[in-house]
Amino acid sequence: MAAGTETASAESLSSELSQRQHRTLWGDVWLRFRRHNLANIGVVVLVLLVIGVLAGPLIYTVDPEYSFIVDDINSINQPPSVNYPLGTDDLGRDTLARNLFGGRISLAVGVVAMFVSITFGTLVGVLSGFFRRLDNPLMRFTDLMLALPSLPLLLVIIMLFRDSLKALLGPELGIFLLVVLVIGILGWMPTARVVRGSVLSIKEKEFVEAAVSVGTREPAILWQHILPNVLSPIIVSATLGVAAAILTESALSFLGLGFPSNVPTWGRLLFENKDFITQNPWLVIWPGMFISLTILSINFIGDGLRDALDPRQRR
Amino acid sequence: MGQYLVRRILTIIPTLIAISFVIFAVLDLAPGDPTSALPETIRPEVRQQIRKAMGLDEPFPVKYGLWMRQFFVNEPLSLIEKAFDIQIGDGEKRLRVTSWGSRGVPVMDMILERVPQTLWVVGLAYVVAIVIAVPIGVVSAIRQYSIFDQVGTFISLIGYSIPTFFTGLLMILLFSVKLKWFPMIYDTNLQVVDWHSFVEQLRQSAMPVAVLGFFQAAILARFTRSSMLDNIPMDYVRTATAKGFRERYVVIRHILRNSLIPVVTLIALGIPAIFSGAIITEQIFRVNGLGALLIGAIQLNDIPLVQTVTFIFACLIVAFNLIADVIYGILDPRIRYN
Repeated sequence: MAAGTETASAESLSSELSQRQHRTLWGDVWLRFRRHNLANIGVVVLVLLVIGVLAGPLIYTVDPEYSFIVDDINSINQPPSVNYPLGTDDLGRDTLARNLFGGRISLAVGVVAMFVSITFGTLVGVLSGFFRRLDNPLMRFTDLMLALPSLPLLLVIIMLFRDSLKALLGPELGIFLLVVLVIGILGWMPTARVVRGSVLSIKEKEFVEAAVSVGTREPAILWQHILPNVLSPIIVSATLGVAAAILTESALSFLGLGFPSNVPTWGRLLFENKDFITQNPWLVIWPGMFISLTILSINFIGDGLRDALDPRQRR
Repeated sequence: MGQYLVRRILTIIPTLIAISFVIFAVLDLAPGDPTSALPETIRPEVRQQIRKAMGLDEPFPVKYGLWMRQFFVNEPLSLIEKAFDIQIGDGEKRLRVTSWGSRGVPVMDMILERVPQTLWVVGLAYVVAIVIAVPIGVVSAIRQYSIFDQVGTFISLIGYSIPTFFTGLLMILLFSVKLKWFPMIYDTNLQVVDWHSFVEQLRQSAMPVAVLGFFQAAILARFTRSSMLDNIPMDYVRTATAKGFRERYVVIRHILRNSLIPVVTLIALGIPAIFSGAIITEQIFRVNGLGALLIGAIQLNDIPLVQTVTFIFACLIVAFNLIADVIYGILDPRIRYN
């Protein structure tokens, strides 16, 4: 961190002497990020989606499970209209309400699973990069995990432990925890490798040597000198991790092995509605579009962050 | 190289043992009972005897050892027997891994039935992806920041962000429902005997291949582009240009050759992943392949079948990791293994 601020301020002296503006590391990152057009579009779209999903059900108070057949027998498989903004499904349920509600779960799964995999990946990466004795066993373990076929294994684990967790914690919380944990535990390996690589190179830098020479203890070196400097690869892989987790959850639900039918995640909506594609294509288009927009904007943001955080790009 | 190869192959053995242990343990720990598919009228004592005869009451290490023998000795022997039509020992008595779902059918036979469909779709998709992606990646890198590059980069970002299950459904919507060009469901029983049935086969493969191929092409094109961009500013490129070679020659003989080394490795590493990706594609278009077999087995709680298919996927990953390492060593003489 200290080194980064120093180079940044040294450069600001040469390039922006006239402005005499103080520049910080994160200020620079922000400036570079703002220059990345696609990433900015990504931020706008993602923020809109998140606000829509969080605030939407509070404003649009239609019960996602309520079937409008009760009021009107013709209200099944409706295209978008004034009464039903995004149409209705084969049971006469409101598509907008279901998509808003489903988005909450899809995004929540993405974020929580990302935290699981980033925490674990960072832990393994830092430990194996910093402590030479742990390096070999931990990396062997990472290689082994990478050789496991993740999608088949995910399907198998979820299908096998679904019923016992459902009995233990209830259908919604149980499945949520299972999906999130399994996606996180099968997804930490790339983070661990990237973090280990960064730790290995930063460990040899002069400022770490200086810290060691003045008698800084190992935990302090780790926390104050190494960890802040590996933040940028962690941030990038966390961003992309959210997208990967949302994608995995949707794939699981699409195969019918994710959440139960009363929890309409976007993937689950695709799975349930794919058989009605001829009667009412909107049913498939909406959730698919929301998933794609989310993943696309997160990937754009990830690209922008990677460019913005790359020290070689610093001008 | 030879020595490296031997060492590298030897490291495969502990990896495979560890993977097989994980897969076996996960499935063995899980609840589920092979006798649950039997009729309810069977008395509990009889059921107990069936369980005993199947070896379900043995302790975990014994079960694991027996499964290993079945998988690593019995199954390969039977496969060799079948392939060369010869007898090795007492083939009838050899215990094979059998399915719980379809009573007593050897799992391997079920898998072999499904492999051709998956290989056809996956293989074709991968070839299409490579043929499209590499030239696009090369041209975008040479004309960096041109319109072609920007459009290509944008499309490839979209291609790898939109999940295959959505592109698949969109294609069905457009080409089967609206335009009626291609059939919605893949017919596995179709026999290619004449020109007409061959065209029919191509028509029904078009959409699954396009979906899987587009996704892979997006990844490959991005990677080819960045690999080319790594090589373009190199000194040897400047030297070649300075010697007066034409641009086309420099690109093809110098830049492309060096840039393709990591691309070829990525292609090898991506093959197992595309098999897993096929699980979803097969589900969309109802292709009766390996992925469909796995999903069906999971739903039926057919543990031996699930174990075997998952383990085959794991073997593919390990094998192609090795192949990628070896190709890298052959293509790039700078890499020394000693």
